[in-house]
Amino acid sequence: MSATFLGMPGNFPKNAAKAVQDSQLRYNLRKATHTIRGKRANVVGELPDWQELRAAGKAIKDHTLRNLDRYLVQLEAAVTRAGGTVHWARDAAEANAIVAGLVKATGETEVVKVKSMATQEIELNQALAAQGITAYETDLAELIVQLGDDFPSHILVPAIHRNRSEIREIFLEKMPKVPPNLTDDPPALAEAARLHLRERFLKSKVAISGANFMIAETGTLVVLESEGNGRMCLTLPETLISVVGIEKLLPSWRDLEVFLQLLPRSSTGERMNPYTSMWTGAVEGQDFHLVLLDNGRTDVLADEVGRQALRCIRCSACLNVCPVYERAGGHAYGSVYPGPIGAILTPQLRGMSSDLDASLPYASSLCGACYEVCPVAIDIPEVLVDLRAKAPHAAAERAGMKVAGWILNDHQRLARAQRAASRLRGLVPKRLPGPMSAWTDTRDIPEIPEESFRDWWERNERA
Amino acid sequence: MSAREEILARIGKAVAGAADVEIPRDYRTAPQVEDVVGLFAERVDDYRAIVHVLPAAEVPARIDEAVAGRRMIVPDGFDRDGGWGDLDTADGVITSCAVAIAETGTIVLDHGPGQGTRAQTLVPDYHLCVVRADQIVAGVPEAIARLDPARPLTWISGPSATSDIELNRVEGVHGPRTLEVIIST
Repeated sequence: MSATFLGMPGNFPKNAAKAVQDSQLRYNLRKATHTIRGKRANVVGELPDWQELRAAGKAIKDHTLRNLDRYLVQLEAAVTRAGGTVHWARDAAEANAIVAGLVKATGETEVVKVKSMATQEIELNQALAAQGITAYETDLAELIVQLGDDFPSHILVPAIHRNRSEIREIFLEKMPKVPPNLTDDPPALAEAARLHLRERFLKSKVAISGANFMIAETGTLVVLESEGNGRMCLTLPETLISVVGIEKLLPSWRDLEVFLQLLPRSSTGERMNPYTSMWTGAVEGQDFHLVLLDNGRTDVLADEVGRQALRCIRCSACLNVCPVYERAGGHAYGSVYPGPIGAILTPQLRGMSSDLDASLPYASSLCGACYEVCPVAIDIPEVLVDLRAKAPHAAAERAGMKVAGWILNDHQRLARAQRAASRLRGLVPKRLPGPMSAWTDTRDIPEIPEESFRDWWERNERA
Repeated sequence: MSAREEILARIGKAVAGAADVEIPRDYRTAPQVEDVVGLFAERVDDYRAIVHVLPAAEVPARIDEAVAGRRMIVPDGFDRDGGWGDLDTADGVITSCAVAIAETGTIVLDHGPGQGTRAQTLVPDYHLCVVRADQIVAGVPEAIARLDPARPLTWISGPSATSDIELNRVEGVHGPRTLEVIIST
């Protein structure tokens, strides 16, 4: 994953400041996130054992991560036994090379794709294009993003930043054979996408997917979706290649009873998503390849506080409740993983050497709503605070903190500093100069009182 | 070192010394539902599918009515006479199922006898599914326990749908646009 994924070399505050000026974007996002929030709350409320399911989901994931090496080897054996081929990829370049090699071996130059975060993370489409292979996205939202030369802005609904009239414009401009009298009615737009993709599904020989879950015990892969484009890609082509992050593992078949309740209700706010496909190895004569992807995940695993981010099942409930995401939008995060989970996952996967990645742990008000809705109870605020401590800090900031620590560590020093501040309060400007202006650009400096509480207490209570 | 060995070694190093975790299983594994047939019918209807609840004796006549004028695929093992339709030109498919889930309104196909291939229930625009009352379980855990992971499995909850445009649910994108379910009691 390159740091320039969205062509936004800035940092989160800069990107967000630009995004909040876009009133259309703010309107689209507000409407969408509030709709989904309400739906989620309703269907979660239906289950009396939601907290028990959540605790089980968290524990299953933690247990899997603790024993990940053992379960991956078990998965490999099960998939191989069922006629599939397993490949291992240390990083994005290795995964892309494996997939390109597999596609070339079929002699095909076009592939259909099921929406997948892992393949976006490794920028597979661009890597395939460089090898002369065209990848066609088939999820409606991904299609809108691909046709619009745009970038996804949400984990589950990548075109959430677009409204119906914008989508109609994109279709009219970029979709061949689109009816010229196309309206912006959602059913009409969905119908246009259906006609556009139908022939491609029926003639494609190679498909690429990710997976929501992999079962170590049985070698089963699971994809949840709504439109049927996933079923089309997973079923009809002769060769199926699945690129899956190593953290997507579950130990046993039985564990699905937990996650098939947690995921749909958390993500789309439905009791169950319309379609779920499960397959074990090579099914109905299909040639099946599984590419297991590390790409920074083992680094995240090595971090005792941060490793809980690997429990994430990509439901996006945290995005939909986040007040920061709702206003800034997904593009400001500069990564395929936006929102609260992106703010902890991206800097861990990519490191914090770029300005953008170092700013992500601050892309939060730490309100804790994300933790509350997370179906696997990832304590996102805890990880954010931990990452803030690890992020690189400017020399001036480090020096300032050192001085502050020296003052706060001694009550006499603090009292003297407070008295000095009270005397100089008239001289404090509304905006701070130099590197400290970053702070006052987005906040008001609190008024310094005429007298500190300590002095007031001394005067009134001691006397 | 191969990629496989290196990734496994990185994991071993990353988790060395970490404590293992007990998995609590005190969620409901057999939810108490008084009327599973009624709840299943209600939840399927919620997805804007067509639902009928009928005594077994009335099911054949209802099927005749549903398929009248349609070129249908009738998979091997479906217990009514019928010929094979062509995948590209068929108007619909009729199948049985492996298990159904009341709480979520879900039908699961394991593509055994009477359920056709994965493609046959996908490409035609109309899917008629006959569910026997004794195939309906209350919740997801009982369904998982009844299914064989070695088989290809297709879970269906209502017709094809998308929520990608302003998060409005629109039925019918790539899969069958009409799902009709006959529950045989």
